[in-house]
Amino acid sequence: MLEIINLHAKIAGTDTEIIRGLNLTVNAGEVAAIMGPNGSGKSTLSYIIAGRDDYEVTEGDILYNGESILEMDPAERATAGIFLAFQYPMEIPGVATMEFLKVAMNEQRKARGEEPLKVPEFLKRVKEAAASLSMDMNMLKRPLNVGFSGGEKKRAEILQMKLLQPKLCVLDETDSGLDIDALKIVADGVNALRSPDRAVLVITHYQRLLDYIVPDKVHVLYRGQVIKSGDKSLALDLEKNGYAGVIGEAA
Amino acid sequence: MNMHAQMHTAAEKALLDAYDQRMADLPGDSAVAVKRDNAIEMLKAGLPTKRIEAWHYTDLRRLLTSVPDFEPAGNAKALDPLIEGSAVLAILNGQTTGHLNNVEGVTVERVFEKLQNGSLAPALEPDGNDDAIGALNTAFVSDGWHVTVADGTELTTPLELQDTQDGGQVHLGLPVHIGNSVKATIVERHAGKRPGLTSCVTNLVVGDDSEVLWLIVQEQPEAATHLAQFNAWIGKNARLTVFVMNSGGKLVRQEIRVITKGEGSDFQLRGINLLAGETHTDVTMVLDHAVPNTTSRELIRNIVTGRAHGVFQGRINVHQIAQKTDAKMACNTLLLSDDGEFSTKPELEIFADDVACGHGATVTEIDKNHLFYLMARGIDEKTARGLLVKAFLAEVIEELEVESVVEALESRLDAWFATHG
Ligand SMILES: Nc1ncnc2c1ncn2[C@@H]1O[C@H](COP(=O)(O)OP(=O)(O)OP(=O)(O)O)[C@@H](O)[C@H]1O
Ligand SMILES: [Mg+2]
Repeated sequence: MLEIINLHAKIAGTDTEIIRGLNLTVNAGEVAAIMGPNGSGKSTLSYIIAGRDDYEVTEGDILYNGESILEMDPAERATAGIFLAFQYPMEIPGVATMEFLKVAMNEQRKARGEEPLKVPEFLKRVKEAAASLSMDMNMLKRPLNVGFSGGEKKRAEILQMKLLQPKLCVLDETDSGLDIDALKIVADGVNALRSPDRAVLVITHYQRLLDYIVPDKVHVLYRGQVIKSGDKSLALDLEKNGYAGVIGEAA
Repeated sequence: MNMHAQMHTAAEKALLDAYDQRMADLPGDSAVAVKRDNAIEMLKAGLPTKRIEAWHYTDLRRLLTSVPDFEPAGNAKALDPLIEGSAVLAILNGQTTGHLNNVEGVTVERVFEKLQNGSLAPALEPDGNDDAIGALNTAFVSDGWHVTVADGTELTTPLELQDTQDGGQVHLGLPVHIGNSVKATIVERHAGKRPGLTSCVTNLVVGDDSEVLWLIVQEQPEAATHLAQFNAWIGKNARLTVFVMNSGGKLVRQEIRVITKGEGSDFQLRGINLLAGETHTDVTMVLDHAVPNTTSRELIRNIVTGRAHGVFQGRINVHQIAQKTDAKMACNTLLLSDDGEFSTKPELEIFADDVACGHGATVTEIDKNHLFYLMARGIDEKTARGLLVKAFLAEVIEELEVESVVEALESRLDAWFATHG
């Protein structure tokens, strides 16, 4: 489903290369975890997949369902089914959350040639999704993410994911800032989306999340490259021994 | 004004010629005629240039390139009121038409008649030599509504003063007297079909303990010249909120001059300027905190597209006796084109020592991170930009809180975006 081939990317307008020859394959139906020390390029990779233009791909390719997405803008990628849950969701003053959800859902429907949702149907879906994440509907009356607590922002990201039903979900440290109950709720939300035609890329520092969202593969990112891949036991190994061993092996 | 009387511009000449031709037809008794003659002497000295401080960013002499003929009655039609259910006082093609259907506590008279009988003569007084709008209006003012709202009146529906025109020249006076303990929402609306030249001077007196929301909605045609002055005096413990929206005209100046006359009074200014094409729009405020314990807030938000140029001058004078004044002013501009421009000049003149005053101005572009976030949810770039621009403006409108007012203004925003978005 996702194939990243020898990807090199730098910060646009500079010579600072952050992704340095990265290879990664994620198959449909798979949950892949990406781990790696701070600053290794995990968030950068997620932004590049989503199409943020602060980064410039200088070499290599990203294939989604066999086709390159490098020429697509973020909106086109999103309507094609790619979703990024941000590590730091942005606060957007003045944009009402409900209005935003409605526009996003309907824009995606429009791109697929579907009719816009009727208001009662839209409200029903939002209420159901919010309830499943134990979110208060009153929060959604506020401007997008403005004044939301760290954990509320993360839940709001998952709410959007549930409503948009993407095919490739990239979750960037969705677990950080969540209390234990919220972690379970969010994990349930992700697990509910698991299906043979979907793939999930979970970026995390903690084994704990992977107890709830059990990964099929674990990849270690270091200095802009995947230096080791394995199954879920690799995450347990890292939890116990840290990154030093893995980095040493690769050097 | 200026001392370059020898060489008049085409526009200055047209105005002076118009006066010569129209003098005999303009309404008014001999006292009014004297005021008009004095005002014309000011205009003879020339329109203000950028060398006059108050006109620094709006060089009227250079920018006013042509003046339309006075035209016999045009073909303007009344509009639906801005806010549903409002009582409309219409001014069509520069002339008051119709009457007010029984709004309790409100009496209206025609400015035309009050000029004829001379009762408005004392009010026709330009404020010094740089008051070009006052002078122009004094010379030509022909009609308008004089409104009186009796003490204790609570208007359940808004009152709309609706000026619609169809080219030519329109010179209006809108004297409004609000008594004590009144609650009122008043809309001052300017729109037109064919572009013309409009001058309008509004004089609003707000009595003690009253609460007034005054909305100025200017949607003149693209090539119009609109020169307006809003003067207000606020009584004890009274509150005046003025909301100005400019979304039309080629050359626009809206002056707002407010004096807090009574202790405990509060003035709020909210403004939205939607600027497009090759237009010039100037909002100039002068606020005098003249007595102790008064408060004010000013928040202006601007959208600049095309080659438009916007100006906000905000001057707050805190008089020596005006202790405990609390005044804050902010002007934020979203620049959506490389060729657009917005000039801001905040000024605080503080002669009292125990006050809290501040101002801030920003000019920004659309936040790239916000745009990315919205697009990452599948919202195409144009729609995402539109959402962010509206969000920037919505904050000002939503502060007005009255649902019917917020809805009405948002629908005017939508109308503008539909043609300029
Ligand atoms: N726009 C940018 N400008 C400058 N430096 C950047 C930019 N984006 C990323 N970097 C740098 O690139 C490196 C990788 O950052 P990135 O955020 O991808 O790391 P990460 O693996 O997500 O780290 P963490 O685990 O702390 O979230 C860091 O050194 C970061 O400072
Ligand atoms: Mg990160």
